[in-house]
Amino acid sequence: MIRSLPNSPLYKYTYRFYVICFFLFLVMPLIAIAVLAFNDSNFVALPWKGFTLDWFFANTDERTGLLADDGLIQSLLISIKTAFYVATLSTVVGIAAALLFEEEKFRFKGLLYFLALSPLVIPGVILGISILLTSTMAGSYLEEHFGWEVEFLSPSFWLVVLGQFSFGATYVMLLVGARLKKFDRTLEEAALSLKATRLQSIWYITIPFLRPAIIGAFVVAFLISFSNFNTTIFLIGSDPTLPVDLYSRIKFSSTPVLNAVSFLIVVFITITALISLFINREKK
Amino acid sequence: MENKKGFNITFYLLILPVLLWLIVLIVLPHLDLLISSFQADSDSGAKIFTLENYTAFFKSKIYWLTFINTAAYAIGITILAFIVTFPVAFYLTKVISKKYASFLALLLLIPLWVGELVTVYGWMILLGDHGVINEFLLYIGLIDKPINMLYTNFSMSIGLLYISMLFMVVPVMSTLESLDDSLIEAASDLGATKWTIFTKIIIPYSMPGITSGGIIVFMLVIGDYVAPDILGGKSSLWFTEQIYNEFLSTFNWGEGAAFGFLLLMISSSIIWLALKLTGQKLERVGS
Repeated sequence: MIRSLPNSPLYKYTYRFYVICFFLFLVMPLIAIAVLAFNDSNFVALPWKGFTLDWFFANTDERTGLLADDGLIQSLLISIKTAFYVATLSTVVGIAAALLFEEEKFRFKGLLYFLALSPLVIPGVILGISILLTSTMAGSYLEEHFGWEVEFLSPSFWLVVLGQFSFGATYVMLLVGARLKKFDRTLEEAALSLKATRLQSIWYITIPFLRPAIIGAFVVAFLISFSNFNTTIFLIGSDPTLPVDLYSRIKFSSTPVLNAVSFLIVVFITITALISLFINREKK
Repeated sequence: MENKKGFNITFYLLILPVLLWLIVLIVLPHLDLLISSFQADSDSGAKIFTLENYTAFFKSKIYWLTFINTAAYAIGITILAFIVTFPVAFYLTKVISKKYASFLALLLLIPLWVGELVTVYGWMILLGDHGVINEFLLYIGLIDKPINMLYTNFSMSIGLLYISMLFMVVPVMSTLESLDDSLIEAASDLGATKWTIFTKIIIPYSMPGITSGGIIVFMLVIGDYVAPDILGGKSSLWFTEQIYNEFLSTFNWGEGAAFGFLLLMISSSIIWLALKLTGQKLERVGS
């Protein structure tokens, strides 16, 4: 059953066969995307008509490759920009939350911690509509009573950033908090007894200790933002992020250029994953 | 006492951003969702209190049928995700050598990070009438005309399972890693069958991981829009699609808010029930 116990060959091979099937199931859609990104056909379908790089580079009447597709490039850039702001904001607030819940004692701590965890179990749709409702209400209130037009309160780039940050911070808090649990408190106490202020001890002792977790959490928040659709769709203004753009193209006009951009995302994620595996090996 | 004063400043520096985050982006929006669900525009354009948004839901059969259908699918997919992924999680932690395990565990994370839109698009390519699977089966002569798979409940379920099941694997693997092999060895030495070991040792031990995974999978499926919308048929009854329509097509925000609140209620109560039944706390779900 486990490594150290003997098994019948039938059991062993059936089990191995099942696991192979599972991994095939897992990679099948990714392979289909990758293969059809290089198919010399105007449709996203088999049969295979030969190898081409048209869906990356072409710019003809019939075919628009990724590099020539201004809309797609634009939404890709917006996604990267959004993800960068979301990751930065989530990291800062997430670290504050991790320090707060691990190291401080105060009233209503349990309630606040519960609220901080709640985005894990609130469907993204709900976060999207409730933030949309509130920002719209606040926007019309400010306009009626003060005559202010606050741009980021109507669906726009910054509202998307706020919406994604609302759950991004939870993930950062959990990742940083997990590392903080392994932190040796006597180091901070030593700093304090040597007349460091509490802020100094956090900045010079705790934060450097947390650095690997902080970098990891930043990457996670970036990726969560980059692929989010459910919350984003309600808060988006006139400039779509990549998932929103992909969605409308899949629904209404899919060409293999979608495979090209999806293929690049898969490659990018795979490389990031391999780097993280490599870094973890080094540490051991 | 200098330290004491520094302590306070730090405390406020830490709690201020956290309070802003939780009050402005979590508490107020959800209160607003609740209030909006009881509001409608009167003839003069002012907001009035009403129960209309909820009565609309209960009066119209299609709405509550969709609601029940969505919840049933979410429970079904969660159970399926457990059945499909548990053997894999066990294999990676207890059977295969550590060297390959870390590579395969990494492979599990790739579809998760690539994002839903890309993987759902991949399934659309695979399952279409002229998709990869049909073309392949035609080519090898197993079938003589394409099987209709895309835009059915089958393709929708595949998509929902695919996007959510990896969230079951990860927490289950982390609980299984801490299971001491000698427990299984001891049981085996004493003559326990595989089934007994499985039901008496492995499952009870990994219950915390299964609960965390189950909750995340359930929440993702019940709140998903992309897989039912792209892979499901025109007749697929999916509750989030109703919410999207209320907000983005018919602009009936009051009714949309009521639907959203109902979705939040059913997902929270099922999650609460799961936590109660297994005697766990929400804190564990995150770890």
